[in-house]
Amino acid sequence: MADVPEPTVLASDYFQSYAVVGLLAVVGVLFVAVAFGAGRLLRPVVPTPEKLLTYECGVDPVGEGWAHTQVRYYVYAFLYVIFAVDSIFLFPWATVFAAPGYGATTLVEMFIFLGFLAVGLLYAWKKGVLAWA
Amino acid sequence: MNDVLDVALRLLIVFVVFLVAPLVVGQTEHKVMAHMQGRLGPMYAGGFHGWAQLVADGVKFAQKEDIVPAAADRRVFQLAPAVALLPYLLVLVVIPVGPGDGAVGQVVDAGIFFVLAVMGIGVLGSLMAGWASANKYSLLGGLRSAAQLLAYELPMLLAAASVAMAAGTVSLTGILDAFEWWWLPWQIIGALVFFVAGLAELQRPPFDMPVADSEIIFGAYTEYTGLRFALFLLSEYAGIVVLCGLTTVLFLGGWHGPFGADGLGWVWTLLKAAVLAFVVIWLRVTYPRLREDQLQKLAWTTLIPLALAQIALTGIVKVAIN
Repeated sequence: MADVPEPTVLASDYFQSYAVVGLLAVVGVLFVAVAFGAGRLLRPVVPTPEKLLTYECGVDPVGEGWAHTQVRYYVYAFLYVIFAVDSIFLFPWATVFAAPGYGATTLVEMFIFLGFLAVGLLYAWKKGVLAWA
Repeated sequence: MNDVLDVALRLLIVFVVFLVAPLVVGQTEHKVMAHMQGRLGPMYAGGFHGWAQLVADGVKFAQKEDIVPAAADRRVFQLAPAVALLPYLLVLVVIPVGPGDGAVGQVVDAGIFFVLAVMGIGVLGSLMAGWASANKYSLLGGLRSAAQLLAYELPMLLAAASVAMAAGTVSLTGILDAFEWWWLPWQIIGALVFFVAGLAELQRPPFDMPVADSEIIFGAYTEYTGLRFALFLLSEYAGIVVLCGLTTVLFLGGWHGPFGADGLGWVWTLLKAAVLAFVVIWLRVTYPRLREDQLQKLAWTTLIPLALAQIALTGIVKVAIN
């Protein structure tokens, strides 16, 4: 472990790279603002009650748009959150697992981790959760 | 002063690419689909090969009345197109086109992480549009987008993790520096999983059930007209550019090629991304639409196990060669 060199990360570099990304975000917001502003100048504005009506294939809408719906896939959402949070841990591990000083032990750890994920998936499968209810 | 100029120039180039590349893909799609399906319409405007169709579309979008339905949640409705579009601009800045620091908008050390996180924001635009429209079809489209999100995000993450393991870094430039040609067969499963999951993220056929025009009009975008609708379309094509660029960088070796990688590396990147974009268009005219539950089945019983297998394979080979 002692001979693993510490990567040097300079805080100034770190912030500089994200500052550039932030600057681009500002450019993007400006672009959208200018486009919407220019659009306002170019386009006609002639609203009528019919135009402002919710569009449902030409028939006047019945009831309101925010209807109650049965979300049939909420179990997928649970599964997804669990798996996604787990998977995030793969990334920091992925950068060092083959570095000198790690090797076979870390690989076995990976298989344990993958095993947990696979067993979870198999369990959900057996339970019939992966079929649209 | 030079630093400021350098950054300004890079951002300008990224911004121009962001405006031009999606239009090129869109124009290509017009023409390729016209050829593949024998369509006459896209070949008409302007005479030669219908070159003016894109211009005509642009003019139409710009001068069309902007309608916000009376029942809609006005602010959210109006903001949604921007939320859908801007993440792709931010992703473009970190995609390396050629070797070295000169051919990338900005090197971000947490490359893959940054890209996946920012791309995840784009789908919020669809969800906002679907909810804010106060239209039953839009709501259905939004719900389908949400369901789709649950299916594609995880395989994508796992496939990207496999590349990070192979390279030992999450930086996109670092991955390309470590790339060897035999990574192609080694990571091929991950590449397929990543690309398929990406198609589902972009809501492109065969995974276009959130916008399925024959079922739910145009899903979350039903109520949109004019410029805001155009921004949604632009975000779809910007998404194709970003997905193809990322697949190229992560799995196809980016600027690496059989020859000329030093001077003309960027040509390889563009060429590979262009071929992938063509495949995206090709799939659209070839495959019928899946149902939302079929996508879930595909993702959870095929893509995720495949991605896990790829991670296991990557781990074994990586430790074995060390």
